[in-house]
Amino acid sequence: MIRDITIGQYYPGDSWIHKLDPRVKILGTLLYIVSLFLVKDFLGFGIALAFLALCIAVSKVPLSFMLKGLKPIFLIILFTFLINMFLTSGKVLVQLGPFSITEEGLYKAVFMAFRLVLLIIGSSLLTLATKPISLTDGMEKLLSPFEKLGLPAHELAMMMTIALRFIPTLLEETDKIMKAQMARGADFESGNLFRRAKSLIPLLVPLFISAFRIAQDLAMAMEARCYRGGAGRTRMTAMRLQGKDAAATVILLLFLAVILVQPHILPAF
Amino acid sequence: MNQMIRIENLQFEYKQGEEGAVVQAVKNVSLHVERGSFTAIIGRNGSGKSTLAKCMNALLLPCGGAVYVKNWNTADEAHLWDIRQTAGMVFQNPDNQLVSSIVEDDVAFGPENLGIAPDEIRHRVDESLYSVGMYEERLKAPHLLSGGQKQRIAIAGVVAMRPECIIFDEPTAMLDPNGRKEVMEIIEKLHGEGITVILITHFMEEAARADKVIIMDHGAIAMEGSPVEIFSKADEICALNLDVPFAVELASELKKRGIVIPDSIVEEQSLADYLIKNRGNFPEISPLAQKQETGFASSSLSGREILRVEHLTHVYNEGMPYETAALQDVTFSVKEGSFVGIIGHTGSGKSTLVQHLNGLLKPGSGAVFLDGTEITAEGVKMRDVREKIGLVFQYPEYQLFEETVEKDVAFGPLNLGWSEEAVRKSVREALELVGLSYEEIKDRSPFELSGGQKRRVAIAGVLAMKPKVIILDEPTAGLDPKARQDILHMVEKIQRMAGTTILLVSHNMGDIARLADQVLVMDRGTVCLDGSPQEVFVQEDCLHSLGLGMPPAGEFISLLCKKGAEISARPFSAAAAAHEICCWMKRGNKA
Repeated sequence: MIRDITIGQYYPGDSWIHKLDPRVKILGTLLYIVSLFLVKDFLGFGIALAFLALCIAVSKVPLSFMLKGLKPIFLIILFTFLINMFLTSGKVLVQLGPFSITEEGLYKAVFMAFRLVLLIIGSSLLTLATKPISLTDGMEKLLSPFEKLGLPAHELAMMMTIALRFIPTLLEETDKIMKAQMARGADFESGNLFRRAKSLIPLLVPLFISAFRIAQDLAMAMEARCYRGGAGRTRMTAMRLQGKDAAATVILLLFLAVILVQPHILPAF
Repeated sequence: MNQMIRIENLQFEYKQGEEGAVVQAVKNVSLHVERGSFTAIIGRNGSGKSTLAKCMNALLLPCGGAVYVKNWNTADEAHLWDIRQTAGMVFQNPDNQLVSSIVEDDVAFGPENLGIAPDEIRHRVDESLYSVGMYEERLKAPHLLSGGQKQRIAIAGVVAMRPECIIFDEPTAMLDPNGRKEVMEIIEKLHGEGITVILITHFMEEAARADKVIIMDHGAIAMEGSPVEIFSKADEICALNLDVPFAVELASELKKRGIVIPDSIVEEQSLADYLIKNRGNFPEISPLAQKQETGFASSSLSGREILRVEHLTHVYNEGMPYETAALQDVTFSVKEGSFVGIIGHTGSGKSTLVQHLNGLLKPGSGAVFLDGTEITAEGVKMRDVREKIGLVFQYPEYQLFEETVEKDVAFGPLNLGWSEEAVRKSVREALELVGLSYEEIKDRSPFELSGGQKRRVAIAGVLAMKPKVIILDEPTAGLDPKARQDILHMVEKIQRMAGTTILLVSHNMGDIARLADQVLVMDRGTVCLDGSPQEVFVQEDCLHSLGLGMPPAGEFISLLCKKGAEISARPFSAAAAAHEICCWMKRGNKA
């Protein structure tokens, strides 16, 4: 159950998208996110959706796998949807006690929900179709120019690698401790907010201790394997931009151009 | 230059806790490790083995004396990376030493740190993955692999750095028997390829495979020599609270019965060969009066039924492409006050099963009856179920969280809503039942206790709820031989004194055969054998086909039979095996 969360997970594959340089994919995702904020109407979202669908098809990541990862965020989407629907002033459609649904609110709610869903699926495609390691490598490379300004690019990338590696381990640990305390009669589900927060102590204390133990073990193991920071380190897969990366860049820029131009040429509903 | 590692008068001390009491972890140890040798280091938890190992590759620096790796002093920073590359290290916990979420990237981590060219790294990574038999798994995520597989990845990560020596710090302690076997095979293979091996272990059978054995006790070397020299001194080893390999235990039983066994035999193959060759050479055999092995046929066990599982089925990720049936049509029942052993591989469904018994998991279909009531029926409160059936998970000490031992143990009873007085009384009783003194320990922090004590406190936390049934999932995992025995004695005592029904999940067939009245053997989500130890542990072919085994005594007799002996019994203890062997030898004398 707790292991089903797919955000930040990698879906092994061999597709064209999988093989792209991570730097292109990271910048491409950023560009895609920016374009979502440039979209003014639903036709724009249609274009973005078509583009995303194309990318997903090419990546060969099963849609069901992607949508499963969306489940935990569904609440957030619902929340923003409701907030927008109820808290936007305008022409009243339905009155529910003190709350009212306005035409503008409904439009905005649907609009924002669209944006959020496209944003999440789009960015999850990045992690699904990029090995976490190449993702962090790409980040490190992209950030390395800022190292001169004192940005610890290598350290940040290393931290991300380790975080990605240990998320499943810590989730498993959480599940285990939770069950163990439940077996001792602990109740994590009922009571008011205060009681519930208090009931988390038997879960959080052992979890923190576990995390520290893991950190200690890992630090020891990394040192034993001659880790000494980023200086002098080489990588197994050196990043080199290739023909397909150039092609991908062109496609991405084309997409951005369409998004920018569309409101002026086809100003839809 | 035939020395790989040279240690001269090593001292290591550290401050413990806030008071700063100085603990001498290693006291004046000197030793040499020859190039290409295989050294095993054994000793109790806290005897300084791991500290010693960490001094060997400069993870810790000596407080006194010196450690040399190939003539480089570990205190000399200029050679730090040469030392760590030359003397690689594999740790105990397979999870906590892998850095990357992709197997091959993890293996590449070491060579990358050494600044090796990308093509060469690729080459080394493939080569080391082949050598540990994990090449097929190179693109997987470590958390989806078994413990044994993870440990092999960790070994590959060290091998890829081309070390001349590898130090293994209890690499098999957290693995199941299969994983243990996989890892030991790799270690022996690497040794065969010329790598110097230093193996720290709690398993005497593993140590017996080394060229040299070192026994540590209280930070000093207590014994040192070849496995033959060491294990032939069974009495001294027992005095150090350690085990001897089964072959040594059996040999001493045979000697009592008039069979002369040379001291040089410390290993089962050679003992079996020796016995086959010398059948008929000992006219003065006395099999000794044989005590009836304990236990009854499960059907004859009296008492009423406390737990019944009917057609229990559980499917993980139902409807998903990777759905797996964790349990399939499991049916069995348990008598009140009995001792049930549950055996089976990791992944055979044992954990899923025990979590159904106290309602942590809900059955897909089927039912669990506890003390006559169906626990998932409507109107049954989970709190009542958990009051009746306690579950001690693996490594239970990882759940401790309170400031004091007393508060931690009281957590369960308080959740049940007992009165303050009843809670205090049951906390005291529980702590005393696990062999701890209530007055001495109640106000201490659980985190400052030793590993064995922490585990006892955690078990007391479940006992304090006074369950009628208690399930223990591998309560001895990761402990040294003495602590293992202590915990098992404690479990026996709980059954005897409190009349508690015990369900014990274990990989140790010897323990199960000795303690249990009923044995459940699980395989791929089903219970494939259910009966008394006498009924189950004679199913040699079935157990072997599942990759499980019999108790060591039964396995040895089976080995003897493969070499030509005719013994039909499959005994559980060394004494019983010795008895059978004597009878067989006597028959040989008459012929």
